[in-house]
Amino acid sequence: MHITVKFFASLKEQFDQAELDLELDSNQLTVSDVWQHVSKTDNMPANVLSAINLEYAQADQSVKDGDEVAFFPPVTGG
Amino acid sequence: MKVEIKTAQFDPWSELASHTSEHLNHKIGACSTFVGTMRDFNEGKTVDTMTLEYYPGMTEKQLDQIVQSQISEHQLEDALVIHRVGEINPGEPIVLVATWSAHRKQAFDACRAIMEALKHNAPFWKKEQTDQGQHWVEKNTAG
Repeated sequence: MHITVKFFASLKEQFDQAELDLELDSNQLTVSDVWQHVSKTDNMPANVLSAINLEYAQADQSVKDGDEVAFFPPVTGG
Repeated sequence: MKVEIKTAQFDPWSELASHTSEHLNHKIGACSTFVGTMRDFNEGKTVDTMTLEYYPGMTEKQLDQIVQSQISEHQLEDALVIHRVGEINPGEPIVLVATWSAHRKQAFDACRAIMEALKHNAPFWKKEQTDQGQHWVEKNTAG
């Protein structure tokens, strides 16, 4: 499975990159699995939000080949 | 309906006048507006400048969804949202929200609802340069 991962704001600084391409062996992955892969930690923190293909996503939501998965902190616009 | 992200300083009142003159509609009896402007203080610190980041693609989509939702819920005749990104200085406008409806209640209610939904859901993030260094804003003010 090939997915694109994007980071924004403080997470972009934390990971020192804005975007990366992942090739993952499994065909059944969730957003949380992707986070664990990129962060090398177990759990996705409560203050990390996620999106799949430009729509908000839950941590247990499935990811499929070709998806764009984004991780970012709580939003502060306006 | 118009949603726009701007990378340079804008005049919300000129934008409002332009939009109004381009969308004359005699069913409109009310217009409600909100302009958010950058302050020079936040959480006890002096703020010198701010950088506003967004998620190209998702931010516009979320704003479109927010505005469309409020147009439907409040039977608006029209709505306008303009939001800055990039470097912003104290006193400069950050966001303009304007709503038009037949009667005042819908315009008032929708303007507030769009602004609150934007603050809670639209992918923007603020990084402040203060007298104590740089930091990302972690939460919205109570409003």
